[in-house]
Order: sequence, then structure tokens, then C-alpha cells
Amino acid sequence: MAAATPTMPAVQAFTITLNIRRFQPEVDQEARWQSFDVEVYSTDRVLDALHKIKWEQDGTLSFRRSCAHGICGSDAMRINGRNRLACKTLIKDLDITQPIYVEAIKGLPLEKDLIVDMEPFFAAFREVKPFLIANSKPEKGKERIQSIANREIFDDTTKCILCAACTTSCPVFWTDGQYFGPAAIVAAHRFIFDSRDDAAKVRLDILNDKEGVWRCRTTFNCTDACPRGIQVTQAIAEVKQAVLRGRR
Amino acid sequence: MTTIATPRSPYARSPRRGVNWEKAGWLYMRISGVILVVLILGHLFVNLMLGEGVKGIDFAFVAGKWASPFWQVWDVLMLWLALIHGANGMRTIVNDYATTRGMRVTLKTFIGISAVGLILLGTLVATTFDPCPQVSVDQLHLLPSFCPPQ
Repeated sequence: MAAATPTMPAVQAFTITLNIRRFQPEVDQEARWQSFDVEVYSTDRVLDALHKIKWEQDGTLSFRRSCAHGICGSDAMRINGRNRLACKTLIKDLDITQPIYVEAIKGLPLEKDLIVDMEPFFAAFREVKPFLIANSKPEKGKERIQSIANREIFDDTTKCILCAACTTSCPVFWTDGQYFGPAAIVAAHRFIFDSRDDAAKVRLDILNDKEGVWRCRTTFNCTDACPRGIQVTQAIAEVKQAVLRGRR
Repeated sequence: MTTIATPRSPYARSPRRGVNWEKAGWLYMRISGVILVVLILGHLFVNLMLGEGVKGIDFAFVAGKWASPFWQVWDVLMLWLALIHGANGMRTIVNDYATTRGMRVTLKTFIGISAVGLILLGTLVATTFDPCPQVSVDQLHLLPSFCPPQ
């Protein structure tokens, strides 16, 4: 019966060049670009190429990744000048006739190779109180009821995985990093527009700050960068309007 | 401007300080923008399209316009709205692109002084303008027609 088995066409393999912006704090004063040639398959992702380099060529290459399936938000990096998740970027979608440039996301302190210090990003995230604040208790043994329509209002902003691709693509954030950044505003949006939450005013007050929503220039970099397809700029605009109204 | 930060550049969100005018500034840009569209397009239409068009603009034309309180108010309003709008826009750009505090303060001070200076000078001219100054005989034809004979 072996003859009846349809033969799968062999997956095409080719050699690509990755230019990676390296920074080894023990030896480097400045970041430098290093070139690697890797053999990959057309079905591989940039993350697979990075793994191949780390496992077969240079064990010192450092990067974050966890789930490797686009949901943990660990491996956001700047690939060919755009912020993306390495685990969601297929090599066949990039121009492999040229070297592929991979570097750490910008605007956060570089720690090593593709790893940045995420703490300032999470500090801004924590500042907007990204958790449910409800003044009333649900009926004993019951949950808080929410209509489908009310859930729909903030559905888009629930998708955030905190990868920081949006915030570190924002030119306003690059300047001095004082701006809250799109991700923090998205997190605030998710609770401001939640009908079960009672602290919308608190969060709107926090974002009505010198470094809050008003610094947004609507350049849409964040919306383009979001690997989850969140309409980030629209969410920021909705928060701006809510600040003007003074309520949700 | 390059946006590649030096590795391990210090980084911290600083605590809030000072008065927050950002909401007012943001609203001002939108409201003044809408009013300016009307004022500037009206200005261009009256100056360039009506009558003889651009060829009709001379001293007498400007003097004639500023003899009317309507155009004085129109032009002074346009001056204030546009200069504050422009200066605020430049301030925003400085905030976005100047990387050191010293540079930001210097540039914003310069923008503020120029905007205030231009507003004061422009307002002074528009409100104290003399449409019929004393001129020599060969320049009499430049004066508006409503001027008393000299």
C-alpha cells in the first residue's frame, strides 16, 4: 500500500542572512550589527531562525520567548524596521534576497542583544490601574451581569498581550519615555469602558496628564505594530473623548 | 534624527509636576483650526479673488480694509489664533523631538518670545494704523480715495 501514499512535496529550504543588532554588556560599549547565515524552511518563522543561530552557531545570542505562538508577548522585536512578534513573522513573508535586520524594540533600555528592560513599560501599565475596581458586590453566589452590547464596547482592547510592540513603535515614546504609551492607554480603555467597573473617572484623571493621552499625535504606528490587530489609535481617541466628557 | 538609543540609557518616568494645560491646548488646536479655515479662506478670497485680485493689493487696498472695524477684528483674530496655533504646534514638535531638557526649554522660550512679539506688533499695527499719512506729492496717488486732500 506504500505506493498509494501521496508523496508530500519536500519543503523548500534556503539560506538567509540575518543581521542582528548585538549588545553584550560584558564586552560591548556600543551595540553592533552581526551577520549570520542560516538555512531555514519556507515554513519557518524568524523565531526559528533565531533558535537555529542560538542552538547551532552562537549560544551567546539572547532573546526572550516563551509560548512561541503569539500569545505570551515575549518576543516582540524590530524586524526589518517594523515591530513584530518573531514567532508570528514567517520568513517567506519577508524579502529574503536582502539580509533581514533584527534588533531590540526601541525606546526602552537595552539590556542584552534583543532583550530590553520592560520595567518602565510595566510601570506605565500599572499606573492606569489595569484591574476591575467595583464599588458594589455582586449578588451572593452570582456573577456581575453584562450585556453583549456592553461587552462589545471594549472587546478590542481585551486582546492586548503586553508585548510592547505598540509603545516602542511610538515616536512620542522614543523621545524621553515619559509618555504613558499606547499599551497603557489600551489597558485603561479596557476598564474605562467596562460597565462593571466604577473607577473610570480615576483612570481618566490619570490619563488627563501632561504625559497622558494628549501627547498622542495619531501617527498610527501603534495600530500598524500591534500583532493582535487592536485598533490602538482608535482606542486612544475614544479615551480622549471620554476625558473631554469627564465620564465613560 | 536617529532614534537608536544608547544601550542602557537611564530611564524613568518622572513624577508629575506643574499645571496641566495639555487638554486645553489640545482643544484649542481643534477649535482654532476650524475658525482659522473660515478666516484664512475668507481672507484669501477677498484679497485674491474679488475685484482686481492680487493686482489690486497696494497700500490703498490695505488701508481701505483697515479703515473698517470689521476687517480690523477679522485680521487681529486671525493673527492671534494663527500665531498661538502655530506656536503651540511648534511647542509640540519640540516636546517630541528635543531630547534634552535644556534644549526643550531653550527652544520653547524662543518660540514663546517670537509668538508674543509678533502678536503684540501685529495687534499694534492693525489697531493704530493710519490710512492717510502725510506723504510727498508724488506718492499721493498711493493713498486710498477716502483720504482728505493734503
